[in-house]
Amino acid sequence: MKKDLFKVTTKTIVATGIGAAIFMLLFMYVKVPSPVPETSFQTAYGLSAFFATLFGPIAGALISFIGHALSDAVQYGSPWWSWVIASGVSGFIFGFAFKRTKVEEGEFKGKDILTFNVIQIIGNLVAWVVVAPVLDILIYQEPVNLVFTQGFTAAIMNIVSAGVIGTLLLVAYAATRTKKGSLAKK
Amino acid sequence: MEKQAIIEFKNFSFQYYSQSAPTLHDINLTIYKGEKVLIVGPSGSGKSTLGHCINGLIPFAYKGEISGSLAIKGQDTREKSIFELSKIVGTVLQDSDGQFVGLTAGEDIAFALENDNVPHDAMQSRVKQVAEMVEMDQLLNSSPFELSGGQKQRTSLAGVMIDNVEILLFDEPLANLDPATGKTAIEIIDDIHKDSDKTVVIIEHRLEDVLHREVSRVIVLNDGRIVADMDAHELVCSNILTETGIREPLYITALKYAGVEVTCDMHPGYIETLEIGSAKGTVKSWFKAIPPETPHSENPCVLQMEAVSFSYDGARPILQDIHFDLHEGEMISLVGKNGAGKSTLSKLLCGFEKVDKGVIRYRGEDIKDKTIKERAEIIGLVMQNPNQMISKALIYDEVALGLRLRGVSEEEIKPRVEKVLKICGLAPFIDWPIAALSYGQKKRVTIASILVLDPKILILDEPTAGQDYRHYTDIMEFLVELNRLGVTIILITHDMHLMLEYTPRAIVLSGGRMIADTAASFILTNQEVIEKANLKETSLYHLAELAGIPDGTHFVQGFIDYERRLKNR
Amino acid sequence: MNTKMKLFSYNTVDTPIHQLSGLTKLICFLFLSFAVMYSYDIRVILLIMAFSVYILRVSRVQYSQIRTMVLYVMVFVLTNLVITFLFSPEMGVELYGTRHVITKLVGSISLTWEQVLYQVTKFFKYISVIPLGMIFLLTTNPSEFASSLNGIRVNYKAAFAVSLTLRYFPDIQREYHDISQAQQARGLDLSHKAKFMDRFKNALLIIIPLIFSSLDRIELISNAMDLRGFGKSKTRTWYTCKALNRADYVALILSALIFAGSLAVSAFINHSRFYNPFL
Ligand SMILES: Nc1ncnc2c1ncn2[C@@H]1O[C@H](COP(=O)(O)OP(=O)(O)OP(=O)(O)O)[C@@H](O)[C@H]1O
Ligand SMILES: Nc1ncnc2c1ncn2[C@@H]1O[C@H](COP(=O)(O)OP(=O)(O)OP(=O)(O)O)[C@@H](O)[C@H]1O
Ligand SMILES: [Mg+2]
Ligand SMILES: [Mg+2]
Repeated sequence: MKKDLFKVTTKTIVATGIGAAIFMLLFMYVKVPSPVPETSFQTAYGLSAFFATLFGPIAGALISFIGHALSDAVQYGSPWWSWVIASGVSGFIFGFAFKRTKVEEGEFKGKDILTFNVIQIIGNLVAWVVVAPVLDILIYQEPVNLVFTQGFTAAIMNIVSAGVIGTLLLVAYAATRTKKGSLAKK
Repeated sequence: MEKQAIIEFKNFSFQYYSQSAPTLHDINLTIYKGEKVLIVGPSGSGKSTLGHCINGLIPFAYKGEISGSLAIKGQDTREKSIFELSKIVGTVLQDSDGQFVGLTAGEDIAFALENDNVPHDAMQSRVKQVAEMVEMDQLLNSSPFELSGGQKQRTSLAGVMIDNVEILLFDEPLANLDPATGKTAIEIIDDIHKDSDKTVVIIEHRLEDVLHREVSRVIVLNDGRIVADMDAHELVCSNILTETGIREPLYITALKYAGVEVTCDMHPGYIETLEIGSAKGTVKSWFKAIPPETPHSENPCVLQMEAVSFSYDGARPILQDIHFDLHEGEMISLVGKNGAGKSTLSKLLCGFEKVDKGVIRYRGEDIKDKTIKERAEIIGLVMQNPNQMISKALIYDEVALGLRLRGVSEEEIKPRVEKVLKICGLAPFIDWPIAALSYGQKKRVTIASILVLDPKILILDEPTAGQDYRHYTDIMEFLVELNRLGVTIILITHDMHLMLEYTPRAIVLSGGRMIADTAASFILTNQEVIEKANLKETSLYHLAELAGIPDGTHFVQGFIDYERRLKNR
Repeated sequence: MNTKMKLFSYNTVDTPIHQLSGLTKLICFLFLSFAVMYSYDIRVILLIMAFSVYILRVSRVQYSQIRTMVLYVMVFVLTNLVITFLFSPEMGVELYGTRHVITKLVGSISLTWEQVLYQVTKFFKYISVIPLGMIFLLTTNPSEFASSLNGIRVNYKAAFAVSLTLRYFPDIQREYHDISQAQQARGLDLSHKAKFMDRFKNALLIIIPLIFSSLDRIELISNAMDLRGFGKSKTRTWYTCKALNRADYVALILSALIFAGSLAVSAFINHSRFYNPFL
């Protein structure tokens, strides 16, 4: 199982490339404004959770890392490394849902939804409450209380986004999967 | 010289992991070195599956059960890796955008060499050499957006030839190409086949277009079995094509209508080799006996474009000075070469893009200020790719979506959706998941989801691309039915048969200008228009020449009238 | 959303900077940005910034190309400036260990020279990486990007994933645009008038078809790549990779020296990451 988790095939690489392109698009243009003013849900984290569950931690990490780094570069001229790395970490942890759910076999119900969401919540907490603030402090010497406040807000937003959008995408995906020997001509 | 087998299927069967029955049954097929073989068959008959077996995607990428054996160059493919096979078999996939993985043409051509660790300088010169063979050497720095469909196809071809493979496999190389580019593609393939002793396997729906150049054999697949393996002449004389639902060449249909018995000694496989000798008279008198169609009375004008110009970036004009009137209840074609601006024109009509100059009128009223949503109540657009429109899992929900978004009540939605699904022949599938449908059925779901909104005008972008003849006929007959109910229809298409058969009038775009707006039969016999718009003259025109009928245009028109009457339209 | 936007407005002006290999530019970019990221010495930061603005001039980047980026960054940095003060008005005092009050503000909060130095340094630290990134983005041919990454020992498969992202981003962007229009034609309201939950659902109606059609695309592309031997060996060569020449080595050595210089200033002059004039 462990070996499988980190296997990189051509498909993993292509999924990473295309996934990162969609991540960029969503990250830059498809933010759903939240009821709290001046903040928005990044639909992109729903996407990275979805892709990570389908293609594993390597794809998950690279999709968020590349997608975030390139969108920052396009928007700000340079990647914001602390947050880019945190994004990568979140994608990596989301990837542990790979092989732990039955979504490929066309089932995504109760227990699978729970597994996915537990992993997704851990991933977001580690990334935004630990990695991002710590890097901010190490690299930029940002005030501790500020970065942790930001981190908590980001974690909550991204948990909601990955939870809602990721779950919906996985449910929809499971509906399109076919089981072994299940297709018969009518 | 003894013929040397290069691909050998023996009692070969294959069953996909998710299927309950084999997709290929008991295939026995030998292809010899240096042959050029065409594989045809209805959609879902297993042509691509057969191709996947040859290039190694089966069993490498698609899992399933294999029985029997397949040997390439005498070695069983199960003992080889996909990389070893890729040195022998070069595959050009149908979708040239999917195959184009490099950021520029040069990089894409070099892709296989890069993976092989060829040093930089050797790579540069080899790429140059191969690019010259397909006339792409001036465009090596172009990105995919700057290349036309045909140029992308050439790039793909160069990309597989660079490896010096022995077998070239083409899966539907003509889909989405305009007729002239398709013709050029067939010529390039043929030249490569003649100049090198490569073995060529072509999978294609457009039989007549491939038969523009000679092939060694044609193999017909139906339901996963080989039902014919013969040369082109024999094939078109037999009933196999009609029985398996593959479109026969148009001139053969015409000969049959005229009552001529098509036999092998007429060499009917290619229009170039056809000899009709004694049958000339039969064809002539058949043509004379077709009563001319009485012209329809013209309905009032529903849609008008007046001097419309448009550009995406403000610099490069895409459409210039377009004028036309569309009458109520008409069904017309919009044709022209790849990148001529056909899809752009449909976007302007739907309000997806705003015209830079000129006016679009609906029943005399300027619709400039109408939003996309408001225009959608008048004009419905079915996009080329159904996957871009489908957003729901169930057919019913997908079709109901537009009505729900408009706030129509559920009680009212139900009968409307049911009615539309019935018209579209989808009633039996009403609670099916869309994922279980074939491409053609998905296309009909998207048509249904637009129809339910009751548009007065329907635009369809390439409704029949990649569909086999049976589904093609289904979709088209269904559109004719709608047209009878009073819906005005614009078809955007590269299929000249479709234009001839179903739309009396056609508009031709070339380089963003309208170069013709006239009878379909006239367009396909007019050299100037054909050349400018990358079209291809119909083989009926050649048949007229062979039969000694001077007025080709009339002959083509006669054929259309005859067929329409035959099908009782 | 503007589909007319190009991802990077890379333009082929012929300047010495454009002629450097992508690999060189990537390494220089990393050296210089790590130099400013590490140092909290305003003198070092300003020097590097002046140097990079000069290089920006040499590479003849037009202001119009970078206007939006500059705006974005300004908004970001100014917001950061304000909230940093609101959250931690005594941060500078903590860092430098002294307290020189300039003026008392409300309550117990006062403005100190330490806070000013800290915030001004941080301000420049943030904005000084921007010209560096812009030089890299606007003068590097996207085709060279992947081979450069591979050149700094990033695994070639990961480097190729970046190349695929650049290749397919415009396609995906166009597809997104098409899907959103098709859904609008069916009555979808994307304007700001819709309620929050509706906007959320509407966003999904566009994202779902986009993602699901991409899954098909992934299968197709990975088949095409397998068929052409991607991943068969441990290494790979690159068509676009330029050989390094003298100018490249000069640039590499220069940026390495600047990086080393910045470390040396911290190690031998400041004896910490901070320049502390208050002691
Ligand atoms: N990956 C797959 N898994 C399961 N079944 C498949 C798969 N690919 C194809 N099939 C099934 O195999 C059958 C043959 O498909 P194939 O793609 O070979 O048809 P085709 O002759 O190439 O058709 P078309 O002309 O439409 O391309 C179809 O019924 C299809 O549903
Ligand atoms: N969104 C867009 N932005 C910029 N240019 C575009 C856009 N869409 C199309 N074009 C360009 O406009 C031209 C006309 O494209 P259009 O899609 O209308 O051609 P078409 O006639 O439909 O071609 P095809 O037969 O290949 O579908 C092409 O050169 C294309 O590159
Ligand atoms: Mg096929
Ligand atoms: Mg088009």
